[in-house]
Amino acid sequence: MMAMSAQKNKIHPHKYSLWIAMGSITMMFIGFTSAYVVKRSQANWQAFELPSIFWISTLVILASSLTMHLALRQFRLRNMSAYKQLITLTAVLGVLFTICRVFGFMDMMNRNLPLVNGPVSAGFIYVIVAVHILHVIGGVVALMIMFFRAFRTRIRTYSSVPVEVAATYWHFVDILWIYLLVFLTLAR
Amino acid sequence: MSNEATLHGQHEVIHHGEGHGHHDGHDHDHHHEQSFISKYVFSMDHKMIAKQFLITGIIWAIIGALFSVLFRLQLGFPDATFPWLESILGHWAEGGRITPQAYYALVTMHGTILVFFVLTAGLSGTFSNFLIPLQVGARDMASPFMNMLSYWFFFLASMVMMASFFVQTGPASGGWTAYPPLSALGDASIGSKIGMDLWLVSMALFVVSQLLGGLNYISTILNLRTKGMSMTKMPLTIWSFFFTAVLGVLSFPVLLSGFILLLFDRHAGTSFYLSELFVKGKVLPNEGGSAILYQHLFWFLGHPEVYIIILPAMGMVSEVLAINARKPIFGYLAMVGSMFAIAILAFLVWAHHMFVTGLNPFLGAFFVLLTLLIAVPSAIKVFNWITTIWKGNIRFTPGALFSIGFVSTFISGGLTGIWLGNASIDIHLHDTYFVIAHFHIVMGVSAFFGMFAAIYHWFPKMYGRYLNQTIGYIHFWITLIGAYLIFWPMHYEGMAGMPRRYYNYSSWASFNQFDGLNAFISIVVIIVFACQLLFVINFFYSIFKGRKVTTTNPWLATTLEWTTPINPGHGNWPGEIPEVHRWAYDYSKDGKDFIPQTVPVSPDESAH
Repeated sequence: MMAMSAQKNKIHPHKYSLWIAMGSITMMFIGFTSAYVVKRSQANWQAFELPSIFWISTLVILASSLTMHLALRQFRLRNMSAYKQLITLTAVLGVLFTICRVFGFMDMMNRNLPLVNGPVSAGFIYVIVAVHILHVIGGVVALMIMFFRAFRTRIRTYSSVPVEVAATYWHFVDILWIYLLVFLTLAR
Repeated sequence: MSNEATLHGQHEVIHHGEGHGHHDGHDHDHHHEQSFISKYVFSMDHKMIAKQFLITGIIWAIIGALFSVLFRLQLGFPDATFPWLESILGHWAEGGRITPQAYYALVTMHGTILVFFVLTAGLSGTFSNFLIPLQVGARDMASPFMNMLSYWFFFLASMVMMASFFVQTGPASGGWTAYPPLSALGDASIGSKIGMDLWLVSMALFVVSQLLGGLNYISTILNLRTKGMSMTKMPLTIWSFFFTAVLGVLSFPVLLSGFILLLFDRHAGTSFYLSELFVKGKVLPNEGGSAILYQHLFWFLGHPEVYIIILPAMGMVSEVLAINARKPIFGYLAMVGSMFAIAILAFLVWAHHMFVTGLNPFLGAFFVLLTLLIAVPSAIKVFNWITTIWKGNIRFTPGALFSIGFVSTFISGGLTGIWLGNASIDIHLHDTYFVIAHFHIVMGVSAFFGMFAAIYHWFPKMYGRYLNQTIGYIHFWITLIGAYLIFWPMHYEGMAGMPRRYYNYSSWASFNQFDGLNAFISIVVIIVFACQLLFVINFFYSIFKGRKVTTTNPWLATTLEWTTPINPGHGNWPGEIPEVHRWAYDYSKDGKDFIPQTVPVSPDESAH
């Protein structure tokens, strides 16, 4: 088909949309972090150490990025059982990451850095980390959908586009966290 | 992946339950058996979604304008009573006078509705949806499903906002900008109670709607253009929708983060925006916050937002003017370049809304400079519009008149922007009626004129019928004259120092001189509002009873939407998507009135 050949070198529209969406999400976090910078330069800023479990959780999400990458490779090789195991593992690591966050929050509460009537610097950590977790959970939900799709018998899809979209998003959430971690560590 | 495959993939998802097979070719008509629900309600056809945006926008415009009529009654006739007001507003208009609380609620809702629901969703939502696939030569959006979600998130946002009118403490009333601490403290004003929460929820849903829509607009324009439609062959409408979507996708998330922090301040006891406050004689525990922080986050969207509103109008006016002057647009690349410059500068000028917040004057100087720089691309565009119609063979259709009206109001409203962009003049003019006059003319009236031009021009493509021309002319002249009569005098009030947002000026002797003027403005408001109702009647009447369109290309235009059937089905073209060979502005060329974009360039043709 003529139209087909004219466009075969272009990126799939869904992938394109994902890239724009990632730009959009990045802007939201830039909004948060620039608010943080503005606020930090004003009086009454209370600095504190990030919960150490945040560093452990970083390893967890890095590992999940690796398993996601392997899952995509297995999908392309049509190794469906390995693919299913790997996306399950990725989702589990995502949940584990979220649990680490909750422990981090508890740690902050124990150090007298509560959300309610606590210092603004702690408030920022709670909000930024919570909004990031929401994005991780969104990724976990996407992986669950992929998982059940892989078991579907009536309609089989052989397109790797949905898996690629999910993988790109997963790596994005990972990189986003690295950015936030570096930012929150340096700008305390 | 091709257009066909994308659209088809979607159909497969919808129809697999019915055992709908895969089409092999696309030479046949693209109609599917559609139920009422999938055709008119949960439609994935971009044309139907556009109509949904438009009609929802019209309903909101009537409500928003009616609110302005109500608060103008208070401003124009502060001593009079209108018993009928009490019968519709109840205790909000006790004794026939709007209460101060109701006045602020009306003002706030007027701003919110017009800026977001009408001039963002109703304007760019409608025409981005309608024109992008038709003019770039695509069967539908990159993701029709997300496009449908975009409308339904807007619908949900509308419902939540509508619900806030009916709660006991009334809707949000702290101004459309919702500055804390007023908006953050429920005890500060009754409009800051549940009404403010509903406002925030509604706006969050609205942001989601805008993001879903914007993603689609961008990826459709970049990915699904038909063969031969290079970026520089696109009509200016598409360029304007592109820049609008980029602005929206990059600035709305920042607004959302501002709202999230505000919600935490309201309900989780954080102090992002709050510090050292007393409410009703009690000290609040909040410490260390900064209300100015919210203003930064808000205006980082708020300023691009005004370009989100005006850019689509600019693009559509360019198109309508070129078609009706039967002349190519003057300076196509300069038009694209100036829109690009406006889109970049839009992100760099937000602090000019904050000159009097204690902003460092040294920093302010940079914002003054960047703000004044916007005059350059704006002037280029105005120059190009005027040279486009200069010595043209103008057909004065209602669409063309509204486009010319747009250029007029954009000039007169834009010039006062140069005043307000100066930090030192802004100290005097800030928060006066001068500001009201400036942004209503340059953003409100101009964007409405662009929208009206587009509705009159593309109505035949939308509904296969024409709007009534005579009513169109009446609508145009009353609106143009009325808009100037309403907003021009406000410049003088503002220069005299009359502040905005006041409920009653009668105890302020220096502004008594404006009593007659205020009454005059309010009377004109009522007349102009009635005239808009005439347009609404024309709109709905013409959908069913208007004069039928008999040719596929009634305006003799070059662009692709006029190569589709009079009432295009889902998929837009029954056969192959036409190929594009030339730019969209070959009017009056080589002795021909116009050459459609689908005609190949002949070897002996002169270059444009």
